[in-house]
Amino acid sequence: MAYSLIGKDFTPPDVRAKVTGKAKYAEDFRVEGMVFVKLLLSPMPNAKVRNIDAAEALKMKGVLGILLPEDVPSFPLPRDPILTMEPKYVGQPILAIAAEDETTASDALEKIKIDYEPLPFTVDPLQSLYPGGPDVYPDANVGVRGMPEMKKIKWTAKDFAEAGDTKLPMGEPLAEWKLGDLDKGFSEAQLVMDETFVTAAHSHHSMEPRSAMAYWQNGKCYFHVSTQSQSYPLPLYAEMIGVAPKDLVMISEFCGGGFGSKGSAYVVATIPAHMSKKINRPCMMRLTRAEEYFLGSRRTGIQGRIKIGFRKDGRITAADIYVVQQNGATEGFPDFRNVGGALSMVYQPMNMRWRGISVFTNLPLSTAQRGPGQNQLACMMEPLLDKAARELKLDRLAIRSINAPTTGSKVEERQTPVSSAYISEALMASAAKFGWNEKKKLSGQRKGSKVTGIGVGRAYHPAGSAGFDGLLVIKPDGKIHIHTGIGNLGTYSYAATSRVAAEVLGCNWENVVLERGRTDNHLPWNNGQFGSNTSFTMSRTNYVAAIDAKQKLQEIAAQTLGGKPEDYVVAEEKVTAKADANKSMTFAEAAKKAIELGGKYSGKEIAAELNDLTKRSVEALAGSGLIGVAKDTIPMKDHVPALAAAFMHIELDIETGKWEILDYVATADCGTVLHPKGLANQIRGGGVMGIGMAALERVVYDPQNGLPANVGFYQSKPPSYLDVPSEMQVGWVDKPDPQNPVGVKGVGEPLMGCAASALLSAISDALGGHYFNRTPVMPDMIVNAVAKRPQSYKVLAVNTQ
Amino acid sequence: MATTDDMAIGRDPVTRRRFIKSIIASGAATSAAAYYLAGCSDGSAPAAGSVERLITLKVNGQDRRVDILPNETLAMTLRYKLGLTGTKLGCDRGECGACTVLINDVGHNSCSTLTHGVRGRAVTTVEGLEGPNGELHVVQQAMIDELGPQCGFCTPGQVMSAVGLLKANPKPTRAEARQAMAGNLCRCGAYDHYLNAVMRAAKSA
Repeated sequence: MAYSLIGKDFTPPDVRAKVTGKAKYAEDFRVEGMVFVKLLLSPMPNAKVRNIDAAEALKMKGVLGILLPEDVPSFPLPRDPILTMEPKYVGQPILAIAAEDETTASDALEKIKIDYEPLPFTVDPLQSLYPGGPDVYPDANVGVRGMPEMKKIKWTAKDFAEAGDTKLPMGEPLAEWKLGDLDKGFSEAQLVMDETFVTAAHSHHSMEPRSAMAYWQNGKCYFHVSTQSQSYPLPLYAEMIGVAPKDLVMISEFCGGGFGSKGSAYVVATIPAHMSKKINRPCMMRLTRAEEYFLGSRRTGIQGRIKIGFRKDGRITAADIYVVQQNGATEGFPDFRNVGGALSMVYQPMNMRWRGISVFTNLPLSTAQRGPGQNQLACMMEPLLDKAARELKLDRLAIRSINAPTTGSKVEERQTPVSSAYISEALMASAAKFGWNEKKKLSGQRKGSKVTGIGVGRAYHPAGSAGFDGLLVIKPDGKIHIHTGIGNLGTYSYAATSRVAAEVLGCNWENVVLERGRTDNHLPWNNGQFGSNTSFTMSRTNYVAAIDAKQKLQEIAAQTLGGKPEDYVVAEEKVTAKADANKSMTFAEAAKKAIELGGKYSGKEIAAELNDLTKRSVEALAGSGLIGVAKDTIPMKDHVPALAAAFMHIELDIETGKWEILDYVATADCGTVLHPKGLANQIRGGGVMGIGMAALERVVYDPQNGLPANVGFYQSKPPSYLDVPSEMQVGWVDKPDPQNPVGVKGVGEPLMGCAASALLSAISDALGGHYFNRTPVMPDMIVNAVAKRPQSYKVLAVNTQ
Repeated sequence: MATTDDMAIGRDPVTRRRFIKSIIASGAATSAAAYYLAGCSDGSAPAAGSVERLITLKVNGQDRRVDILPNETLAMTLRYKLGLTGTKLGCDRGECGACTVLINDVGHNSCSTLTHGVRGRAVTTVEGLEGPNGELHVVQQAMIDELGPQCGFCTPGQVMSAVGLLKANPKPTRAEARQAMAGNLCRCGAYDHYLNAVMRAAKSA
């Protein structure tokens, strides 16, 4: 379909502010009387605070107050506490001090005496599952967000003994599901493999720390926060701050990176709001980079095992996967469950079982990071397919194609049909651009100490949601104000999806004003900007709002100029009679008329089905123009996947273990393309993150003291310019998804997993098919593999250097 | 209520009084007064024999009088006393480059530069790149054309490193640009687009 805005590049309205330094992030705001907050972080991985003596600190000149756990709301476990008397990891905030300046606040923290009772702790899930092993809570060691209860599960010594040191023991799971008949599947297999694997935890490393600033005025809390999402976390933040949602003004026009860590509300951001209420001064809390690592979140580490059977032609007849999640001390994110979902989606095993357990450890919150679970699975499975292809003497693309999902394939336990899947098309498009047939001949070629590796990787994430609200106002000056509550994590999709409304209304993009970034810009209830859902979900909400506006324009024209609404068309910012071009109203005229008519036209009447947040926004906007507002009730019964496929050409120095990427090609299956340049930036950026995941980044905790070893960029190594190719080739399948009115799907997350798995596949290929059973693959591992020396870590170990 | 830093006047009346008194004493006009904030001040009086507190900085072509501490970093002075929040703090220890500014046309991590050390030297921040009528610097325009930024937090540092590179080497190769920009981390991974922008700017300059 020919569109005038969809699929075209444009300059997003916020990009100029980013290049001029005018873009204001949470720490860039100043208010009269603003003071500074510093946090006291737990030095122990598991402890009870017996006593806090802050008398000396509070006597210091310039110190304005202290915020204690008793001053803030507490939530039932396993929710993350704001402040706590029972710290569960090194770096967990216990209290906060406010002072006129930051130096004084820091000095005051030094004067606070805390009496701790140390408790046993663990940073390794298997240790806690072992009989008699340490537990994070006295009566619970397993649980995760979305599971109704925390409980204690111990495996038997026999479970451990039977598995030995090189295989994952598989005791009682926390959850499981099954599809078909595993025994039958394995009996039909030509090749059965049993692989144990570990993927290390790694941080989000958002460039903007979780700094926040807050103040209160006339009963309202003004809250400057770094968040990916705008409307979605508002009710949660309101609950955490202890204020009615209508009295919370959340200001978050820009977010300096989130990658999942700032998708929903996170507790530490609310501390300045509580402190400000207590001392009646605006409070700024700046987090240092080290504090980011101490109390920030990370992608969970995974210890897993898969038994997988292949037919002679490569088809997977059975897959039995077990996943242990190295959860933090609190709620966490169900990565372990997503591993199973992704296995079912991308590889379509004919028979399958997923089992998993999420074990609390004395680590900070583990939360979603780009492809949570799905990308860990990609890292494990794509090199494993290579290994199977080698054993079955199959082409590496053939083994992928024969197992690949297509439109209508079924997924997960419920066997939901897939609305559109073009992973094979993406794979073939990448292969053609990469020159697979020629490049694969270079596999294993050696020049001096350098060996060529050719890798291929794919990944997936669900890509959309439904049921949220769209809102726009056509003002009497003819401008179209599109209100978007999705958030701004840097993908420009807030703007790209708003163009769907402009497309439907046939208006000039220059006449569109985007309202966003602050609650008091009257935003609709929207999903969070996470889970690769924005493009799909928000193009639907903007579509329904525009359709509502269109209908109202036609009705107003009919009432004013005579005839029936369907006698009129909306185009070029006018509503015009089909039969008589002279019978026409401009948007400006229609907006004035809407105000005159009132009722639903100007927002004076509000549909009951809208979310409360949307209703409040419509109330505030009522009478200002023609209001287009609607809840997205477009049917959505099928599963919407985002998929991506990538190829990588590397040179691996087998003497140093260092690799260089010579070529990278990735193709996205994301439905109709909304914004090509933005999509290209996402594909490349996801690729960069994937390279870090595969071979650079990991979180390490000292098992003796529970201390983090990575508290700076130089230790945790997010990729730099020099780690990635200076040019990355990108493309897209560009086939519409039927469940979106303009065919759009999301795509952010698999763009990381396809690169991570392609790099692992390439390293493995350079080494003649060596499968590492571990992510990231570090240079010492490569050198050891080449020399056929044992690795320095135990197969199941987490926290390896 | 004021929410922009250029409206924020003295936080602590005592400090503010002392500050104004000292300005009067020095007989100097001040452009910094309007931005004075206690973010990095300890509120104490200067010790006898210590370095001078009230100094003049050359920032973006203007002389700015500012009261600073002996251990104050340029990033904190720019952000909390001169209202120049375009310079970002990503790590405060010279690892990420988000705080890059030019000092005498050479890129520096302002988080790891003492303010006292830049007296008499020309400091350029991202706010100082635009022309008198708001026209963008070629690097800024190229960053927009190539859609360089994603989240944008590292962008001012990337822009400043690119401007510094092009001053030293107006026609870099892509490989040279990659090396020159390597001190600027971008977690969104927009490196390719930033490099495209540097090369575009080099071509159009």
